[in-house]
Amino acid sequence: MARDSVQDEGAFTAEGMAPVIVRGLTKRFGSVTAVDHLDFTLEAGSTVALLGGNGAGKTTTIAMLLGLIRPSAGVVRIFGTDIAECRYAVAQRMNFQSPYVDLPQRLTVRQNLMVYAGLYGIANASDRIASVAAQLQIESLLSRPTGKLSAGQKTRVGLAKALLNAPELLLLDEPTASLDPDTADWVRQTIKDYASSRGATLLIASHNMSEVERLADRVILLHAGRIVEDETPAALVAAYGRETLEDVFLDVVRGRAAPNASAQLLSEAP
Amino acid sequence: MREPNAIVNPVLLQPTGAGASLRRIGALLRRYVYLLRSSSVRIVELIYWPFLQMLTWGFLQKFLASTNNPYAVGAGVLIGAVLLWDILFRSNLGFFTTFIEEMWSRNLGNLLISPLRPHELVMALCIWSVLRLSVGMIPVALAAFVIFEFNLLDLGLWLAVFFAMLVLTSWSLGLIAAGVMLRYGLGAEELAWSLAFLLLPLTCVYYPLAALPGWLQYVALALPPTHVFEGMRSILLEHRFDPGDLWWAFGLNMFYLAVGYAVFSWLLSRARDNGSLLQIGE
Repeated sequence: MARDSVQDEGAFTAEGMAPVIVRGLTKRFGSVTAVDHLDFTLEAGSTVALLGGNGAGKTTTIAMLLGLIRPSAGVVRIFGTDIAECRYAVAQRMNFQSPYVDLPQRLTVRQNLMVYAGLYGIANASDRIASVAAQLQIESLLSRPTGKLSAGQKTRVGLAKALLNAPELLLLDEPTASLDPDTADWVRQTIKDYASSRGATLLIASHNMSEVERLADRVILLHAGRIVEDETPAALVAAYGRETLEDVFLDVVRGRAAPNASAQLLSEAP
Repeated sequence: MREPNAIVNPVLLQPTGAGASLRRIGALLRRYVYLLRSSSVRIVELIYWPFLQMLTWGFLQKFLASTNNPYAVGAGVLIGAVLLWDILFRSNLGFFTTFIEEMWSRNLGNLLISPLRPHELVMALCIWSVLRLSVGMIPVALAAFVIFEFNLLDLGLWLAVFFAMLVLTSWSLGLIAAGVMLRYGLGAEELAWSLAFLLLPLTCVYYPLAALPGWLQYVALALPPTHVFEGMRSILLEHRFDPGDLWWAFGLNMFYLAVGYAVFSWLLSRARDNGSLLQIGE
């Protein structure tokens, strides 16, 4: 009956192809183009940050990867499946967390996790919940109503829900928004540990530069719905002649191009 | 025994097939049970309004009976109408409030990215609406018997058929209301809430079909509950019933259910197109 048991946390994706392939991805809302011909590929085991200012198209892009928004043009292939055509074929292998989506407030944490264990088809639900709870240090919260938790506790519980099925592809939208520095740091380390131990592919939308520098091995920088940069954080900092990624971000959103054109970092820009 | 810090990996079951579908529907039902159990006020609320309605109309019926009005004397026609209308209304409410709860709690995004299929969500809502309805209506029907000596079971086996017909209609309404909410968000809440009341004057709940103007009778006959309420009056007042009417009502119900699901699917699809699923809860 069991389809597969994840043998160990270092397991790789079964396919010999990139888990996420995005080509010509475009979303228009009426006359507004929110996302404009994005092309990118996420290699297995990579952690990629989707960076951009407000309205740059990060959340819309993630929503299209999740199948919550249908693209106006282009294609998203996840584990080889066109997400707009057959999301359900791969839904069990991915998960998502965002501060903009909640778990039911009246249910206890354990009840919420049991419901999602059922939805994701986890046979050993109780043991898995106990394990994830230990991993995220939320054992003492399991019997408490989700609505009674602090923002930091809710983030950890949301992350527990997102890790319940040990997803091969994890999408995170602002994973540390509104968290204090200590909790945010703890969450980042947990995400990093999960990615390295599971060999999972992560896409993280964020405004937080230190988060991106710490977690991501590649940055896709969006501006007005377009990819303007696609490089490693270190290469971006070098190309712009800046000291931090935050300075690079400010250059991009204020329309200042990389001083060293030979860096060819604008190659992905349409 | 598991070591304290050992990671237990999930054993993932086959995501396709009838078994997987039933499991996901079961997971949602489990969520609804948890929610109901989380608040005793919610359980009381299920009985409170139907009980008040039954009391109001029961006393009215009792008063009319004392005036020797033959229509009112007829074995609790008004209480029967109230209870049957409440089956339709409460079932619709159960479907719709359970759905809208996911929007209030901003949980819909989590559900829609999970392996849950839209038809499984709909089936869970349908099943839950009946369970929720039973929790509310059984005590009220018993109270109607104790207080007014009106026995809903006097409708005999037809009661089960009437029940099914009304529940089917309530699902059609619930599907359309849920679709409207998906597409237009919580701003459309009042419109969606009031959808069931559209049927109240048209389906002849408290008066016979003949009370409507001729042209409106055709509209009423195109609505399945009209046949149920006419049937109820036939049984209680004349002790006879033409089951042919119910076949017609069943056919209409199947048609409206198909329309309801098509509208729900279309509005969900439109919500995916215009991004309104992201704004849900705001």
